Amino acid sequence: MAGTLAEKVWDAHIVRRGTEGAPDLLYIDLHLVHEVTSPQAFEGLRLAGRPVRRPDLTIATEDHNTPTLDIDRPIADLTSRTQIQTLRNNAAEFGVRLHSLGDADQGIVHQVGPQLGLTMPGLTVVCGDSHTSTHGAFGALAFGIGTSEVEHVLATQTLPLAPFKTMAITVDGTLPPGTTSKDIILAIIAKIGTGGGQGYVLEYRGEAIRALSMEARMTICNMSIEAGARAGMIAPDETTFEYLKGRPHAPEGADWDAAVDYWRTLRSDDDAVFDAEVVLEASDLEPFVTWGTNPGQGLPLSASVPVPAEIADENERVAAERALEYMGLTPGTPLRQIPVDTVFIGSCTNGRIEDLRSVAKVVRGRKKADSVRVLVVPSSARVRLQAEAEGLDQIFLDFGAEWRNAGCSMCLGMNPDQLAPGERSASTSNRNFEGRQGKGGRTHLVSPLVAAATAIRGTLSSIADLGPDVVAPDGSPLTDSHADMQPA
Amino acid sequence: MEKFAQHTGVGVPLRRSNVDTDQIIPAVYLKRVTRTGFEDALFAAWRGDPEFVLNQDAYRPGSVLVAGPDFGTGSSREHAVWALKDYGFRAVLSPRFADIFRGNSGKQGLLAAQVAQEDIELIWKVLETHPGTEVTVDLVAKQARCADVVVPIHVDDYTRWRLMEGLDDIGLTLQHEAEITEFESRREPWRPLTLPAKHLPPVEIVAARPVVPTLPTGDDALV
Ligand code: SF4
Repeated sequence: MAGTLAEKVWDAHIVRRGTEGAPDLLYIDLHLVHEVTSPQAFEGLRLAGRPVRRPDLTIATEDHNTPTLDIDRPIADLTSRTQIQTLRNNAAEFGVRLHSLGDADQGIVHQVGPQLGLTMPGLTVVCGDSHTSTHGAFGALAFGIGTSEVEHVLATQTLPLAPFKTMAITVDGTLPPGTTSKDIILAIIAKIGTGGGQGYVLEYRGEAIRALSMEARMTICNMSIEAGARAGMIAPDETTFEYLKGRPHAPEGADWDAAVDYWRTLRSDDDAVFDAEVVLEASDLEPFVTWGTNPGQGLPLSASVPVPAEIADENERVAAERALEYMGLTPGTPLRQIPVDTVFIGSCTNGRIEDLRSVAKVVRGRKKADSVRVLVVPSSARVRLQAEAEGLDQIFLDFGAEWRNAGCSMCLGMNPDQLAPGERSASTSNRNFEGRQGKGGRTHLVSPLVAAATAIRGTLSSIADLGPDVVAPDGSPLTDSHADMQPA
Repeated sequence: MEKFAQHTGVGVPLRRSNVDTDQIIPAVYLKRVTRTGFEDALFAAWRGDPEFVLNQDAYRPGSVLVAGPDFGTGSSREHAVWALKDYGFRAVLSPRFADIFRGNSGKQGLLAAQVAQEDIELIWKVLETHPGTEVTVDLVAKQARCADVVVPIHVDDYTRWRLMEGLDDIGLTLQHEAEITEFESRREPWRPLTLPAKHLPPVEIVAARPVVPTLPTGDDALV
């Protein structure tokens, strides 16, 4: 029977089919754990006297609370320290592998899985974090779960799951220079809305997606949740296999061959039926930025801050008014004229080596605007090492940026890296909710290239604003679509 | 888990759409390692505003939240459900819920019931003209009642059954442990194991140090 990619992976994991409206019981191949959503889950296990069923399918790291400075000193914030210490105690008590702050394999949980080669096509991957959708870039069915589901997976290695609908998002054409996969996903979210993916697993396909590197694909799948979707997926191909091969946990020898044979079957059949379809033309895209307080409130950089009075839908109008008030923006202001205080380059959306390389290409030999502070935060300790091996750290420092240790950092206001009230950022992260980057902080979501150009000019900018020499400093286009990555 | 068949309590009109989990409970409260005591964290960013609905005496004892569409979007934090429950809410009505939030609610015994937008408007009208009016949420009859307004609520059959029986998830699944073990015995050898741990050689990670800070200034230039 014809099936979609998501249905194929789902079907291969059914332990028990649900009857009479009960959900299917699905087996979970890989469970990623971090310090924020796990303490109460372990507490639940302890209270019920239950062990972790499969420590060998579980891996933990510290990312949300960790500082990105002075990581060799005790964590100053007491509650952060407690949460991290609790994870360390739980990992030791339940026999779970943990990569702690200071360990070379520590990093944002969604970077740790892929870089160790644990994230693979055809797996079910869960984590108590909504951006687990990142792993869908490999053709895995990966989604965020809540703490009681974390406890459920720890105890049973399964999850009862209600069926989902499937949506095909086809991105045709070629990305213009200066645009990236971040612009693709921001455009998709602006098009279908933050609720548009509700109940769906999105499958990204088409020429523009095929041309993307593994890391650029992760950026897209990462933000599926911002469209309200359960998960996002991309069918595995040579790009996927090449990324995986040789990584520490990638299969070897006959296992590798068997895996690749199977992975090649993981694509939606030609006659598979999706519940919804969306088509987008990549060559029409421009650098995208958000102006509001949800990721769907985004526009091409050439546009102006919207005028709420011109919005017909009442809910949307009220939401826009509220957003503009919070953001401190005047309707009609060209987006390019908005000055920012901080540029944040990092997070599980855009803190990988390719992102750092593309930023370094733009800022090399330049100075940041005086009015702006620039934070560059690698998504994992290994990414940091790789960047340093390539000399990127020096480029950032010469530019006037801060070069930090790995973690979630300013993506969310849980660690010392925060916006002050009223402070405005251009951020390569994924959420611009009120207070997300610190109480009263104002966030514009952007691609790494827009972040770099903005850091130079001090107002929201694209690399086109920097003049033609920067568009192609060494003759290559500044898109991330063809960048390659060696295992870090 | 407590059984849930019907609940009656003061209705709280929350005239906002897209109430994401960062609004329900800001990230700073997520650092706690316990499962209870989150009542003060609920809508923390709004609670300082005297106009906010929960700061009005009539609504303060509320236990049925009546919200606009796309409630519970954003981060998967289950703390959002704990905070609502700790405050005293037993049910949330909204035209549309984020999937993860709805899933989390069902597991914690908080009813997330879908109600058509026009029906929400009817209930809002009653609650706003007569603050303190009670709303009855009836899982048996699948309806919500508020003064003379009676509207259908939608909850999927499985969640409804679980709520009415007060069933714990893990216990339910472990009834099928033999099937899980059987499934595991068929797992292909290429699928990854996290243990024994494999990784690239360990390398010492040098700690980044603070630079002399250029203090950010709040930006109000565009007001
Ligand atoms: S970087 Fe941001 S979105 Fe990603 S896991 Fe960390 S907090 Fe979540």
